[in-house]
Amino acid sequence: MKHLISPMDLSVEETDALLALAGKMYDHPEQYAHLCEGKKLATCFYEPSTRTRLSFEAAMLNLGGSVLGFQSADSSSAAKGESVSDTIRVISYYADICAMRHPKEGAPLVASLHSGIPVINAGDGGHNHPTQTLTDLMTMKQLKGRLNNLTIGLCGDLKFGRTVHSLIKAMSRYEGIRFILISPEELKVPAYIREEVLDAGHIPYEEVSNLENAMPELDILYMTRVQRERFFNEEDYIRLKDTFLLDKKKLANAKDDMFILHPLPRVNEISVEVDDDPRAAYFRQAGYGVYVRMALIATLLDLA
Amino acid sequence: MLNIGGLHQGVVIDHIPAGEAMKIYEYLNLGDLDCEVAIIKNASSKKIGRKDIIKIEGPLTINIDALAVRNPNVTINIIENDVIVEKRPVTLPNEVTNIIKCKNPRCITCIEQELPHIFRLTNKEDRVYRCIYCEEAYKRNE
Repeated sequence: MKHLISPMDLSVEETDALLALAGKMYDHPEQYAHLCEGKKLATCFYEPSTRTRLSFEAAMLNLGGSVLGFQSADSSSAAKGESVSDTIRVISYYADICAMRHPKEGAPLVASLHSGIPVINAGDGGHNHPTQTLTDLMTMKQLKGRLNNLTIGLCGDLKFGRTVHSLIKAMSRYEGIRFILISPEELKVPAYIREEVLDAGHIPYEEVSNLENAMPELDILYMTRVQRERFFNEEDYIRLKDTFLLDKKKLANAKDDMFILHPLPRVNEISVEVDDDPRAAYFRQAGYGVYVRMALIATLLDLA
Repeated sequence: MLNIGGLHQGVVIDHIPAGEAMKIYEYLNLGDLDCEVAIIKNASSKKIGRKDIIKIEGPLTINIDALAVRNPNVTINIIENDVIVEKRPVTLPNEVTNIIKCKNPRCITCIEQELPHIFRLTNKEDRVYRCIYCEEAYKRNE
């Protein structure tokens, strides 16, 4: 039984194969429109996430399958105190594959240990969000044509932002990658990412606190939201949330073929005036997310 | 020099950093054992200057692996019939279950009490153990 719990569950070869399949689905969606006919995807969302849930549902519907599920812990049996392992045992009889989001870190792993169907981690607290990472990789691959030899700027909340941690781990496996980590002092990348991923892998990186100065070097600028729910303290959130904003003025020194990515939702870290810039790729990125989830569902169901 | 009687059968936990013996005593729940336990504090050591030693009388019933997770530098002497039959450093287990607890409030183990607390050795050189669920590193000396 295959599951996807961490972005690193997939080898580089498996990742590349998945992205290649996603690319084919993007180019010829009609060829895959009936691939999952008769199959059901359960979306078990213990916390709200419109975007990820709809992306999974759109992916399954594009493949000709159907979907069922719940959208918050309140509307599931978790409200009655049912454990994740019991829930997934039951869901295994209702559906063929499950996408699970849970506010607690490690919940999808617990599910995978007791599941009779493939489990996809659709985000577990501040921990992993592997399909967002695959979405990010597909976006870079589609737009830049490669996943090697890139200078990637990561900007904003690099401490709590799980997408950033996963992206660093995933991209560190490709040749010629260099990171510029742009954040306030309080939201720098955690020490373990620096030591166990970047230093251990001899990946070149710089930690800076000025977005504008870093701009000319970047092939990719990955913006992140400073998330209210990751803070224990409201004062810290208010003080730091507006620190790194991207506007047209800051983009003046950027390369013409640089692309701006963002896992969305955006709050105010990217000014709306940037949306019309051809380098703004964050909405296209959400679109690619559907295709990479289609490829993942088909692969885990052994239908690819 | 303080003399403590030898052991006929038992375990000597040696090279404990000075001041750590009582923490190990509590960690291994030695107070629950129905046997003699001697704690020697601040003994001279050629290897580490000052050290603590714990002598436990009786057959080996404690989990040595548990000790390795927390104090990887200590050595274990197994004594049978007044003779040291085995003298070795503690070995780092690849995985431990319900030996240490995950303290990350965001971890699933925090709300699902029946889940086993499993930690895996992720960095042998730096002796880092991480929770398999949330990957939070276990911090020694807490």
